[in-house]
Amino acid sequence: MSATFKVTNGQAKLPRCAPPGWGLDLRLEEPMPRVSDLPRPSPERLLRQVQAEENKQWGARLKIFLGYAPGVGKSYRMLDEARRRHERGEDVVVGAVQGRHSEEVQKILGKLESIPPLETGGGQAMDVDAILRRGPQICVVDPLAAQNPPGSRNAYRWQDVRDLLRNGVSVLTSVNLLHVEEYKEKVQAITGRDTAETIPKSFLLSADDIVIVDVPTDLCLWRLGAQLTSIGISNYQERQLSELRELALLLTAEVVDAQLESYVQAHGIEPVFGTHERFLICLSPSSNAAAMIESGIRNKERFQGELYVVYVHRDGVSKKDSERFEEYLDLARQAGATTEILESDDPVEAVADYARQKRITQIFVGHGCHYNWRDRLFGDPILRLIRRTEGIDVRVFPH
Amino acid sequence: MPVPEGSSRGNLKVYLGYAAGVGKTFQMLQDARDAAQQGTDVVVAYFEPHERPDTIAQVRGLNSVPHRTIQYRDRSFEEMDTDAVLRRKPKIALVDELAHTNIPGSERPKRWEDVQVLLEAGIEVWTTMNVQHIESLNDQIWQITGIQVRETVPDWVVRQAAEIVAVDVTPEALLNRLKRGAVYKPEMVEKALAGFFKGSNLGALRELTLRQAAHEVDLRQFAFDETSGFRAPRVSESRLGQVRAEPANERILIHISAAPSTAMLIRRGRRVADYLQADCLALFVHKTSNLADLTAAEREAVEKHLRFARSLRIETQVLVGKDVPQTVVDFARRNQVTQVFVSRSHRRLYERMFWKDYSEAIVRSAHDLQVTVVADRTRRQGF
Repeated sequence: MSATFKVTNGQAKLPRCAPPGWGLDLRLEEPMPRVSDLPRPSPERLLRQVQAEENKQWGARLKIFLGYAPGVGKSYRMLDEARRRHERGEDVVVGAVQGRHSEEVQKILGKLESIPPLETGGGQAMDVDAILRRGPQICVVDPLAAQNPPGSRNAYRWQDVRDLLRNGVSVLTSVNLLHVEEYKEKVQAITGRDTAETIPKSFLLSADDIVIVDVPTDLCLWRLGAQLTSIGISNYQERQLSELRELALLLTAEVVDAQLESYVQAHGIEPVFGTHERFLICLSPSSNAAAMIESGIRNKERFQGELYVVYVHRDGVSKKDSERFEEYLDLARQAGATTEILESDDPVEAVADYARQKRITQIFVGHGCHYNWRDRLFGDPILRLIRRTEGIDVRVFPH
Repeated sequence: MPVPEGSSRGNLKVYLGYAAGVGKTFQMLQDARDAAQQGTDVVVAYFEPHERPDTIAQVRGLNSVPHRTIQYRDRSFEEMDTDAVLRRKPKIALVDELAHTNIPGSERPKRWEDVQVLLEAGIEVWTTMNVQHIESLNDQIWQITGIQVRETVPDWVVRQAAEIVAVDVTPEALLNRLKRGAVYKPEMVEKALAGFFKGSNLGALRELTLRQAAHEVDLRQFAFDETSGFRAPRVSESRLGQVRAEPANERILIHISAAPSTAMLIRRGRRVADYLQADCLALFVHKTSNLADLTAAEREAVEKHLRFARSLRIETQVLVGKDVPQTVVDFARRNQVTQVFVSRSHRRLYERMFWKDYSEAIVRSAHDLQVTVVADRTRRQGF
């Protein structure tokens, strides 16, 4: 979103006795908001940023190869990268490997130095101390999701990886979507399998790099064929794999979006928008809020987008109306929308500014039910909003 | 992806990437080698080496159908020899770069049209393309990167693919490949770094690719349900914890005019219709039955827009009506349209003079309909 038209053109077009409302065009001459003026990042995003910066401080990078199921080829792609880095002279060790691997993987492992795991009574754990003593540039950890035996340094392997990163060791690792904590219920619904070996999604989002290893579901099933019985997943079906695949693609897109935003902030450049649909619903006293919110939720789902719902508080809004708005905002929040009450005398300006800040791609507004003398003078607010938001779709709803 | 029984049409598989050099062709060839090793009859029908040694090495050992050489303006160009591929009739044909425009003198203007011929002959086709070549994303790509992509593939061609594979690589790795000279010749590298490959472009295109691939996967789930009768609780991320909203029966009407922004409007309407799984119609209304009030250029523009809409598989209608906005609104009501798509009013004075502006009038008179005024998705200064 940017200043939409040059004021030099606009002035020529002003009517001879411009009503006060026309002055709003002049505001466009103001410079675009600087990075420091942009809205504060959410706590979650800040935390992610801190984690990422912490890693960077030590020069360590976390790179994750994400797949939607076993058999997509994550380990192979990761180890292949490890091999190439090793051949380019980088100091690579293997900290952990899966029990079972193909011939191709075996061949690569033969070329790389491995640090043997720590054997305890309860099982194996990655030997973090030994790796740190060895002090390589890069450590391969396959897979990331694992539970350590009782009495280990950390309960989970992802915490071991965090320790490696904090000590300046970069990590290449592989993750199966099945093991992301936040997707546990969904995955369980799809596969009927529960897992205790989970990693928090926030850890994935803190990665410097994430790569999705995507293959068609039929190929994945075919590769799994031999393993199906041995890994104990009996009810894999193509349809179910396809849903996991969609989730993995969207998760990667989310990480890329977060990276894009940090890049944009770090370089002080104009936010990129349009990669992702973001809907903004503006409630007003005469709008059919229920229809707009219902449509907004449907659009959010179909586009896998984000939904924002606002209303502009003005003096003179009745108590009854504002209570009604609060109820709708509650409803929208339950459906995963971000809601906000804007304070302004000029709703058009307030909405246009908010839309620009949030990189909105579609605004939903209700038809005004009547045009009074004020609107005749200043122009129909909806038409003014349409003129003020050139880079955004405006959808006008019946009231 | 299930294929209807008894279908003799070949399957299409698309390797989708976000830029040159992400490894689409490489991965396609690698998969083809796997298939060939298992005894599947695969041939390379068209391959663009781009002088990339790693990729060229992958072709060795695969059967190829020689390209056809076409003379154009004293130079010779290589194109896919579609007839030769048809005669050879492999099980799977590999056709690099789906979005390619054939040299004048070729039988069909676009490579994707050649691919249709192969598919109709029952040959399975594997192909490669970048996200920026998807027609309905054209304006968004322009808005994001400032680059207008000329070679596009209609969305329905991509939609008919049985499989979409996202080929992903980090922008960092891609830039390394580029600097090592693995993507373009050295003299091209600097230009690429300053243009398409600069700054946030790669991240944005990558995100678009991943979302597009997720959308394609999602659409195929519906197809799967329809063919197999399989009903599973849908558990995609945004639907967690709530009953999935039934797809509302939406119908989208696009108002066609002579204004240049109409092409953008058509693409946007098509895209939204696809996501909402809605019907999509387009309507042009003129005041007199003989088009006398239109200049030759306007008439040509309207015809071009109607053709464009039809090429994206949008049903088009032409009506006569004295009151244009009212005719559009009446048509929408009669046809159970739920959303009317109109373009923005013309901001520039000369545009206002040339193109009658109906969008604001439609917004005002369609009180019982949703009207979407579509954004002007061009890239402006200071972006």
